[in-house]
Amino acid sequence: MNELEIEAKVENLDKVLAFVDEKLEAANCSMKAQMQLDVAVEELYVNIAHYAYNPGSGSATIRVEVEGEPLEVTITFIDHGVPYDPLAHEDPDVTLPAEERQIGGLGIFMVKKSMDDIAYEYKDGKNILTIKKKI
Amino acid sequence: MTITKNTNGDALEIAIEGRLDTTTAPDLEKEVKDSVEGIKKLTFDMAKLEYISSAGLRVLLASQKIMNKQGEMSVKNANEDIMEIFEVTGFSDILTIE
Repeated sequence: MNELEIEAKVENLDKVLAFVDEKLEAANCSMKAQMQLDVAVEELYVNIAHYAYNPGSGSATIRVEVEGEPLEVTITFIDHGVPYDPLAHEDPDVTLPAEERQIGGLGIFMVKKSMDDIAYEYKDGKNILTIKKKI
Repeated sequence: MTITKNTNGDALEIAIEGRLDTTTAPDLEKEVKDSVEGIKKLTFDMAKLEYISSAGLRVLLASQKIMNKQGEMSVKNANEDIMEIFEVTGFSDILTIE
């Protein structure tokens, strides 16, 4: 089972991370890469939980694949909520002082910086977001 | 996540243990808001912090903004992985890191 389908609620974040971590641990993923992947999974999953079905509810599917040499993890997030491309955001200005800093967009920015590849497509009524990282 | 608070006069040290994520960040935010009145020096001890996401960064930024008005804030003992997150996000320029 490399796929988890779950009701897209923030309360289910722990279950999503436990599912992903189990796969990463089985692949002997380094602590550092695991933390970066966990951060990415949290940001992307919480985005879906907050926005995909608001108001209302629906499901999110998280697929984890580990393959190749060197090992590469691919995590795919699928929801059938409103079309939303998180990559379309402009990157935040990370050089501003605290008073002027806005926190919006920071999560996705962290994901972009820490993953090797990130891609979004809207297909057959589904948001499909894929991240890849060598571990 | 476990939060341990230690007050010494107008100095408050908050030790955070475990994960500071979407689920736990609101708890820390509440602890900070409930206990910073009259505090001039706030320190976060991150020796046992294992993980931080943008929800955790949001609380640090909010705390920094509060302390900018009434004193100073610093962060200490953050591990290498957490330091890297601070660097990537520009938080290493905002926070005072001991």
